[in-house]
Amino acid sequence: MPKDQSIRSVLIIGSGPIIIGQACEFDYSGSQASRSLREEGIEVTLINSNPATIMTDPVTADHIYLLPLTVESIIQILEERQIDAVLPTMGGQTALNLAIEADSRGVWQKYGVRMIGVDIAAIELTENREAFRQHMIDIGLFVAPSRIANSFLEGKEAAQDIGYPLVIRPSYTLGGTGGSFVHQEEEFDAALRRGLEMSPTHEVLVEKAVLGWKEFELELLRDASDNVVIICVVENLDPMGIHTGDSITVAPAMTLSDTAYQEMRNQAIKAMRSLGNFAGGCNIQFAQNPETEELIVIEINPRVSRSSALASKATGYPIAKIAAKLAIGYRLDELSNQITKTTSAFFEPTLDYVIVKMPRWSFEKFPGADHQLGLQMKSVGEVMAIGRNFLEALQKACQSLENNRMGLGADKKEWIRTSDVLERLEKVSDDRIFRLKDALRLGVPEKTVQKLTHIDPWFIKQMKQLVKMEQQLMRYNVAEDIPEDFFRELKEVGYSDAQIAWLMRIKEEEVTRQRFQLGIRRTYKMVDTCAAEFEAKTPYFYSTFDSENESIPSDRRKVVVLGSGPNRIGQGIEFDYCCVHGLLAAKDAGFEAIMINCNPETVSTDFDIADKLYFEPVFWEHLEEILELEKPEGVIVQLGGQTALKLAGEFHKRGIPILGTDFPSMDLAEDRGAFSTLLKDLEIPYPLFGVAGDADEALRIAKDVKYPVLVRPSYVLGGQYMRIVINDEELERHVLTIFKHMPDNKVLVDHFLERAKEAEIDAICDGEQVHIMGIMEHIEPAGIHSGDSSAVLPTYSLSVAAVATMVEYTEKLAKALNIKGLINVQFAIKGDQVYVIEANPRASRTTPFIAKAYKVPYLQIATKIMLGTHKLKDFDIKPQPSGFAIKVPVFSFEKFPNVDKNLGPEMKSTGESIRFIRDLSDPFFRELDRNRNMYLTR
Amino acid sequence: MITTELQATPAVLLLEDGTVFQGKAAGKIGATTGEICFNTGMTGYQEIFTDPSYFGQLLVTTNAHIGNYGTRRSEVESSAIQIAGLICKNFTPQYSRQLADLSIQEYFEEQSLVAISDVDTRAIVRHIRDKGAMNAIISSEILDLETLRARLAAVPPMEGLELASQVSTPEAYTLGWEDAPLRVAVLDFGAKRSILQCLADRGCYLKVFPAKTPFETLQAWQPHGYFLSNGPGDPAAMPYAVSTAKAILREDKPLFGICLGHQLLALAVDIPTYKMHHGHRGINHPVKNLLTGHCEITSQNHGFGVSREAILDNAATIEVTHVNLNDDTIEGLRLKHKPAFSVQYHPEASPGPHDARYLFDNFVSLMTVR
Repeated sequence: MPKDQSIRSVLIIGSGPIIIGQACEFDYSGSQASRSLREEGIEVTLINSNPATIMTDPVTADHIYLLPLTVESIIQILEERQIDAVLPTMGGQTALNLAIEADSRGVWQKYGVRMIGVDIAAIELTENREAFRQHMIDIGLFVAPSRIANSFLEGKEAAQDIGYPLVIRPSYTLGGTGGSFVHQEEEFDAALRRGLEMSPTHEVLVEKAVLGWKEFELELLRDASDNVVIICVVENLDPMGIHTGDSITVAPAMTLSDTAYQEMRNQAIKAMRSLGNFAGGCNIQFAQNPETEELIVIEINPRVSRSSALASKATGYPIAKIAAKLAIGYRLDELSNQITKTTSAFFEPTLDYVIVKMPRWSFEKFPGADHQLGLQMKSVGEVMAIGRNFLEALQKACQSLENNRMGLGADKKEWIRTSDVLERLEKVSDDRIFRLKDALRLGVPEKTVQKLTHIDPWFIKQMKQLVKMEQQLMRYNVAEDIPEDFFRELKEVGYSDAQIAWLMRIKEEEVTRQRFQLGIRRTYKMVDTCAAEFEAKTPYFYSTFDSENESIPSDRRKVVVLGSGPNRIGQGIEFDYCCVHGLLAAKDAGFEAIMINCNPETVSTDFDIADKLYFEPVFWEHLEEILELEKPEGVIVQLGGQTALKLAGEFHKRGIPILGTDFPSMDLAEDRGAFSTLLKDLEIPYPLFGVAGDADEALRIAKDVKYPVLVRPSYVLGGQYMRIVINDEELERHVLTIFKHMPDNKVLVDHFLERAKEAEIDAICDGEQVHIMGIMEHIEPAGIHSGDSSAVLPTYSLSVAAVATMVEYTEKLAKALNIKGLINVQFAIKGDQVYVIEANPRASRTTPFIAKAYKVPYLQIATKIMLGTHKLKDFDIKPQPSGFAIKVPVFSFEKFPNVDKNLGPEMKSTGESIRFIRDLSDPFFRELDRNRNMYLTR
Repeated sequence: MITTELQATPAVLLLEDGTVFQGKAAGKIGATTGEICFNTGMTGYQEIFTDPSYFGQLLVTTNAHIGNYGTRRSEVESSAIQIAGLICKNFTPQYSRQLADLSIQEYFEEQSLVAISDVDTRAIVRHIRDKGAMNAIISSEILDLETLRARLAAVPPMEGLELASQVSTPEAYTLGWEDAPLRVAVLDFGAKRSILQCLADRGCYLKVFPAKTPFETLQAWQPHGYFLSNGPGDPAAMPYAVSTAKAILREDKPLFGICLGHQLLALAVDIPTYKMHHGHRGINHPVKNLLTGHCEITSQNHGFGVSREAILDNAATIEVTHVNLNDDTIEGLRLKHKPAFSVQYHPEASPGPHDARYLFDNFVSLMTVR
């Protein structure tokens, strides 16, 4: 069946604010789908309340509605526009739920809108645990023994029948919310009660736990003619029992024979074909008994998902892009492979490399949170790494995490007490992979490690090889002693120079120098879907240590945009938005735009956004060799959040040009002492503060600047370990906590401006002129992290004089810092006195929000100024304000039941939404404003 | 990659065009020659090693790891390894599969296979993709390139080479249930076990005959249908098999051919075959069935193909039933006035997807309705 000509206008539903379990992978799928449909000449309308997304940008869709994801908003859109069809499979469970609700209220029918790419009956079947279980049995597949329970009593009976260990899975919840593992009877009551409460239908499935079984995921695509392909098989290194979003995963499967795999493939196809007849993507999870290789079906998601985003990046096959085309009627064999452009889209990608995905947690933001991993997802982001073998990919993934790890261990962060290590192996936490390596290093037998973790012995044996290599390496004294072949082997399995240096107790520079001397350098290989069988046209590369280099630099003028690594609290999707615009602006200005990042959920790492993509850790050693190969005119560090910014020093040191604001100015803004001297010189007030190296010093400073004081370590993200304290006792306790967790750090002690209002400005400066993009007033008072505050654009209660002062200070600062590009300044306002709290010489969390609210492509303008091709006067900037725009933080507290939900200087929100109001009488705003007083009285 | 456990013996791969790759020895220490080809499958290495169609070939596996799930005595396509040598990136003797019997190193030693690892297999694939298939030598005993070059020069080219009779069964044998409703005479040019199994599973009693068995012997067994198997070598160098196929067609009983069998059927109706640039070998090849409109992912292994032009010129008597979606080559044909059909790919899979097993059902029903 070719394209359905009756579909001329499509509505895509986004996934709303980022929460744990539903993150920016849906911006990736929604954006891909939108571009894919527009390629076909279809008019795309998009609804999403998340302003930080690229999908809600005019570069992606024709008509954008930044509205709450409600049926009322849908009706508003359908009243305004002629929509032929709605595509609800790109926005996760949120979009599906909204589409189903609209359907049950007859909205689609009333406006003559067809639902495409989805089958509601199929969705309901996969969401209803009992119906799904019965359906699988009916088609001849196996599931774990289980019973459904709608009451506490039924649950108890079910547990008695099934026995322990067992699993409780609430129906109709997202990301495993409310689900848990129960090992003993004592834990059961609480777990059951919680599960029943979390399910909107008050229903749970009590299921036999298949502990120690291996877990696999298949990504499928099906067209309307029932042709099916498997795009990717992912093996979970962490076996059954840990949510796949919290598992380290590997592709292709490492431990599957062809017979075992084909059995899985056959069952997956059978299952998908039994679920209605929608055209699109589907994800199926299996558990496999390692002894007999029998399979049970765990779960099916008949839509694109987090795993399909990963599978797209892992294979080069753009699942969402193709799924969107299938939804409008195309058959797979009518479409072409998007990487080779010459072969068919009806095929199964084959890999000649290994990818490892590792989750990124932000437990440090949730004091009191239970670190133990289980059925409920707790990670906030992920990284993907590509290598020519499993160990290389694994170590590169560790280097991508930005946890200050240099690889898998061998970096001074190892644990040395066997008893501590063993305890952590059994009680799965975010650091298990590192503890596993520690255990092997400490000589714990592989069998014991396997028994405690249930991880497949193949992975353990692989990691054991690292331990053996380290033992050999430690026999050498200086870098020159390492035999060349062995040196190459170390690099081939992913060791960073820093790890080698640490093991030998020598300097990293010595290792690097010797390595270069021996000519052991990275080469680049292409991700091409076909293991080089066909020539690929798409420049998507990863590094390894192999003989042939496939990345041939062009002789064009080029710039590199540095991404922001894994999403985490305090740094997320907003920087992906910034990077996408940076790339587009650089291309537009005639440069070859090169992207470097390791976050598979992002749009900026889509292979057709940049001119050239290096899917690599944002880790100095990797960057250095790319820059040496490409020799760009400069690097853009203002768009990748703190991750990119903190690398500026390295670039500066090595003489690599930084585009836009130069390093000394950036450093000045980041260095608290120098920055306050600058403020003093500019006659800008700031809260009194001091820098302390120990607790005594901190107490002295507190006495000088006066309580209450804000205490925090210097150089952290999202206000980590930031507290407001009111007396010596509290101060001492908190300072000691900081030094315990961050030994080499300094502590900043600021006088805290009580009952102050907080506001911020984002601006662009070209070195001469300053353009104020937006002035936002926080509804919550100073003391609540800006990321957790509701920001109103423009200000609503500040005096004209205060606003004028803020603008004046911003202009002064931007010029004094010689900003070329973006700057964000944060203020505290007490009475009419305006204080500057901090300045960030880069794109901020709010930059995309302002660009959306005012409909101005601010990031493209800023990038062109960084590139030096344009000045502010070259642009005719016409903001289109309408009433007020409010940025509202969104939290994921339901994942962390025991965490303190009070807000403070440490950021806790995972996402945000935008809300437009006409005036201040809006009930939504009045509700928020009422809460402001609540905070103030606390 | 890792040699701390294995002693790192150097090995070398030399191609006919003079290209050299240095690597490490794996499997047995020695030297071996053959035509180099690559397979892109991510699973199923043991099935590939033992597939007689690979007889005489040096196999490059593109998957990052080889040996990662060990080897199992039952997952073979013939009684022994058939490839002449293996070229891989990460030779991985450690495995965890509980059903496995031997590690890949133990298996290679038992079967005396010479292999080379730690070479840039992707560079080799790109080289073959551009320059085409050619002969090569792997050696871990003699590393002197001059000596190797001399040995390599003595290796005959694949084109014009008859290999099927070397891998065919020496004696006829039967398989399946004697009282089965259907009897199929299999002409063995190097038949894969799973093909025979697919037929036996569908109620066929098989008699497997040596490649050069005359038609009269086959006919005397009174089969309901005939099967032309897969196998190695150049079909154009097998006039004996072409004449057997012609005789089968004259008898007008159902005939099914796979891979080499497909090429022989084509030759029997005067459609020429040709040597492909570098062949199709993998388990992800897209094929469209033109009769049903459905698409299937297929397992493939062939270095020769049948002429598309010649078939189109004979549209009155031959119908194209399957085409390759990547390059439009002929994947299946059917004679219009005879109960005979064939496919270029491997519907039995093993390794690979089972999407095309319906072809065995088609063959069975063709025999049943008559």
